[in-house]
Amino acid sequence: MKILIIEDEIELQQSIADSLEKEHYVVESAADFHSASEKISMYDYDCILLDIMLPGVSGIQLLEQLKKQGKYGNVIIISAKDSLDDKLTGLQLGADDYLAKPFHIAELNARVKAVLRRKIFEGRNVLELANVSLDLDARLLTVNGERTPINRKEFDVLNYLMLNKNRLVTKSALAEHVWGDNVDQADNFDFIYYQIKNLRKKLQTSQARIEIDAVYGIGYKLTEK
Amino acid sequence: MKLLNRSILHLSGLLLFIVGLMAVIFYINMLDEIRDSVDKGLDNYKHQIIVKAQTDSSLLRINNFEEGFFSFHEIPGPRKFKMKDRYTDTLMYMQETGDRKRELEPVRMLSTVFESQGKYYELRIINSMVEEDELIEGLLWEAFWFYVVLIAGIIVINNFVLQRLWKPFYSFLNQLKKFRLGNTGDFPQVKTNTNEFNDLQSAVNTLLEHSTETFERQKQFIGNASHELQTPLAIALTKLELFIEKGGMDKMQAEELAGIMHIIERMIRLNKSLLMLTKIENRQFSGSEEVSITGVLHQCVAELREAASHKKVAIHVEENGKLPVQMDPVLANIIISNLLRNAVFHNIPEGTVMIHAGKNSITICNTAKGDALPEDKVFTRFYKPGNESTGTGLGLAIVKAICNMYNFVVSYRFENFQHCFKIEFSNS
Repeated sequence: MKILIIEDEIELQQSIADSLEKEHYVVESAADFHSASEKISMYDYDCILLDIMLPGVSGIQLLEQLKKQGKYGNVIIISAKDSLDDKLTGLQLGADDYLAKPFHIAELNARVKAVLRRKIFEGRNVLELANVSLDLDARLLTVNGERTPINRKEFDVLNYLMLNKNRLVTKSALAEHVWGDNVDQADNFDFIYYQIKNLRKKLQTSQARIEIDAVYGIGYKLTEK
Repeated sequence: MKLLNRSILHLSGLLLFIVGLMAVIFYINMLDEIRDSVDKGLDNYKHQIIVKAQTDSSLLRINNFEEGFFSFHEIPGPRKFKMKDRYTDTLMYMQETGDRKRELEPVRMLSTVFESQGKYYELRIINSMVEEDELIEGLLWEAFWFYVVLIAGIIVINNFVLQRLWKPFYSFLNQLKKFRLGNTGDFPQVKTNTNEFNDLQSAVNTLLEHSTETFERQKQFIGNASHELQTPLAIALTKLELFIEKGGMDKMQAEELAGIMHIIERMIRLNKSLLMLTKIENRQFSGSEEVSITGVLHQCVAELREAASHKKVAIHVEENGKLPVQMDPVLANIIISNLLRNAVFHNIPEGTVMIHAGKNSITICNTAKGDALPEDKVFTRFYKPGNESTGTGLGLAIVKAICNMYNFVVSYRFENFQHCFKIEFSNS
């Protein structure tokens, strides 16, 4: 899997690259419009992370270039603007997703995976790990071929952790993903803990070969047993 | 008190003084004039009587005023000093026509001495004078009526003329009252030829221009500042997350890092809320469609259902129709979800959230943790009750800003140990 990061802020570019390399992707970076434009026309990428606020020019132009070259549907826009207009323009021009800065690493990871999955598996929306499979469309959890009942929030939590398997998912990243934006209540963490506890119990009784570990009390990590 | 009434009050005081003074002066002058003319008449009589007395000596025997208006007294000799005419005011018993009894009446008397056939006589001629008290009374009434007419005249002038003159001022004032910074309305404007009003208008408009400029700059600054902060915050957050992921720390170090991460996350939330406020105030949410508030409500309740049941908070919804409101759907969602989150999270275990969606308003009440919140402060930015430190203190400020934008009325009240927030939608 080859991913291009177009981000003028070197520190952020580096962090994103570090994170994506952990997922064993081939990562390339561009910090300005010209090198980005060059790379886009020379190579094919499975996913492009595009900061639309590049110095001087708008990243929207790169989107237009991609569209002209017939390279559709694998761009995630990263923007500090978080404005609905930008989002709509971006999506209209063929971007797949829109991520507002600042974001959690886990969130970026999940979004990249979603884009790649759409590109590669085309339609088959099922996450599989060990003996566990999660049908994202029907929202069903199957362990060892047997359906395991799970509530809505538990499903969201498990989905997120599976997308970020072997990676740290902080509690706040989890809370934000599950609750949407604007979470500012510490009570949520308490609730997350409660959901994880239930989830662990369900995974254990259904003899799933995955487990959720707590990491330093900061977050969780899902691993294969 | 209105300017018009105030000027009437001042004028009436001043006029009372002037009219009073004029009445006094008028009275004195008039009395003087009357005396002058009476004296002239007496002088004429004197000459006629003396001439008559020279030929008809029987006249000289009239020595009291019973029969006429003159009398003679023979006097011993010519006393030079008394040869001059003397005019005196005196009182006499007289019977006026219409009076039954004799009364003391004021008279003007001329005394003079003349010679007739070697004898000297003192001649006294009288003429009745006006009664001063009657004169005063008459004058007083006249002055009073004059004053009344004058005031009435001024009121009429005020109402018809001054009100017209001040019209541009009042129209300007009304426009100024409606003017709000940030609502890009036109500056107050009136057409007038009055220099003072034109000066006022230009002075106020200069001031408004300054304020608007400052306001815009401040708004822009907040927007830019929070905007520019997004990237550094993103770097800090991602770096920290990657660092923690590396592991190899002991528990203490991890706790420290977790603390730092929470602070960064708080900054991120704060910044996002500020950006949201700026966007709302900049009217960047321009979408307008019919939103069913109860629809939004159901969605938000579903979102929070599990968290609420975890906190053992019961949510009761009572509704009356769809409550359609013309607004941006994103903002509708923010209003309801902010209020609902507050109601669930600032609740007590086993507490309740009561939601009543009426025809034109929605009320969200929750069991209170403590006492009533100060009504004037709940909606201000960064207000946090007591020891609450996890929130941004901007949630309700955002609700208020959205309501202001659409002219909805949002209010808070405390009743039956419940915090109640009510939004009245004006356009539905």
